[in-house]
Amino acid sequence: MANIKRRDIGFMGYRRENGRVGVRNHVVILPLDDLSNAACEAVANNIKGTLALPHAYGRLQFGEDLELHFRTLIGTGASPNVAACVVIGIEPGWTKRVVDGIARTGKPVAGFAIEGKGDLQTIADASRTAARFLQDASEKQRERCRLDELWVSTKCGESDTTSGLASCPTVGNLIDKLDPLGATTCFGETTELTGAETVCADRAATPAVRKKFMQAFGAYQEVVERHKTSDLSDSQPTKGNIAGGLTTIEEKAFGNLAKIGHRTKYIDVLKPAEEPKKGPGLYFMDTSSAAAECVTLQAAAGFVVHLFPTGQGNVIGNPIEPVIKLTANPKTARTMSEHVDLDVSGILRREMTLDQAGDALIDITLRTCNGRLTCAEVLGHREFVMTKLYQSA
Amino acid sequence: MATTHFIVHDRTDTVGVIVVDGGVKKGEQLTGWVMEGDGTVKIKAADDIPLGHKIALKDLKKGETVLKYGYDIGKAVAAIGKGRHVHVQNLKTKRW
Repeated sequence: MANIKRRDIGFMGYRRENGRVGVRNHVVILPLDDLSNAACEAVANNIKGTLALPHAYGRLQFGEDLELHFRTLIGTGASPNVAACVVIGIEPGWTKRVVDGIARTGKPVAGFAIEGKGDLQTIADASRTAARFLQDASEKQRERCRLDELWVSTKCGESDTTSGLASCPTVGNLIDKLDPLGATTCFGETTELTGAETVCADRAATPAVRKKFMQAFGAYQEVVERHKTSDLSDSQPTKGNIAGGLTTIEEKAFGNLAKIGHRTKYIDVLKPAEEPKKGPGLYFMDTSSAAAECVTLQAAAGFVVHLFPTGQGNVIGNPIEPVIKLTANPKTARTMSEHVDLDVSGILRREMTLDQAGDALIDITLRTCNGRLTCAEVLGHREFVMTKLYQSA
Repeated sequence: MATTHFIVHDRTDTVGVIVVDGGVKKGEQLTGWVMEGDGTVKIKAADDIPLGHKIALKDLKKGETVLKYGYDIGKAVAAIGKGRHVHVQNLKTKRW
């Protein structure tokens, strides 16, 4: 069991060229756009052990939506969990923009464009580079890293009332313990704070951060108001939430907010996929509450391990950021055990205290950082979902 | 320790959450744990209530605000008797 009072506890991670620390050592084959998915998947099929990240977007986006597209792709390639990256795009201009963004980390990265060559030549060229990147990455060694070098994100899903009672407070207990030790942590899910927004606003470290949070919250409410066809009760809470006993968005929000514990204050509000710049501490990121979208954005911001409380049994994973799932629902722990990294249902039976559950979560988190595969990893869950803000041109 | 059938977050809450795998049956005498202050409350179930679903800790009038975590989580849209199942049929959001 982790003794969290000791400042010298740490983990075995991969130290990257820019000083950041990763807990996985992926070589990613990254498509710039939907058209390049096939070539990326062919390269990943040729070079065993590389990882293609197909996605649906990248053509005719503009404005803030395009900026988010680039920020997400560059951030994904730049993640400390990625040793090296091959980028393939339909044309060289935007491909180079992603390559140049990733290259700022100092890691190996190369771009290939399909126009004028076709898929087959591009696949051959990119495969040779991917092979070299993968062999070089396989020689990287883990080294001792400190807790203040660890970036942890959290988001919950398929929540039920047990999430608010126990699994979300377990994450909160971990954050309250790791924050004073210098960890960098992140929560999001803007709409799922509805009903608890003023309580969340009060957790901002300064009035300026509070204002920034309320602006992000207000902007998302406008999106809901503009597009809703009824009262949104069909999707927030979700059908799964309702089956699990959650009735209203307000009830869900207070359970959700338990993930940030009791003491920790957030020191900044991030745009989607924006990298934190204010040093160690807790950050709020303006995200959708859809699980894969939120985790993809947090991974692209540089977070290397994710804590995911679930009630009814969300099965999500992420290709580059290991997702640790915990549940306090005894039925979910029993019927979906292959998805559950940590069972904290003992809290509900009063066999386990929240403090013990928090320590157990720290323990499984550090073991995951050391290399232990999560349930989602062994089951092959690699949900990579880009957030799109509005229609393409 | 005796079985905890339901848990209440805050002393001011008007609902608790059933935590027994398999739920509780109408007429069952239930023991609840109030986390704030580590108290105990006893109540008789007036409905069958599944795991994770809420039980009314007092008689709630139509229109009355329902409290959980010590906060407003919506309003009763029908009168709810003590011990009854509280969910989408009788509790609604005040938002959206």
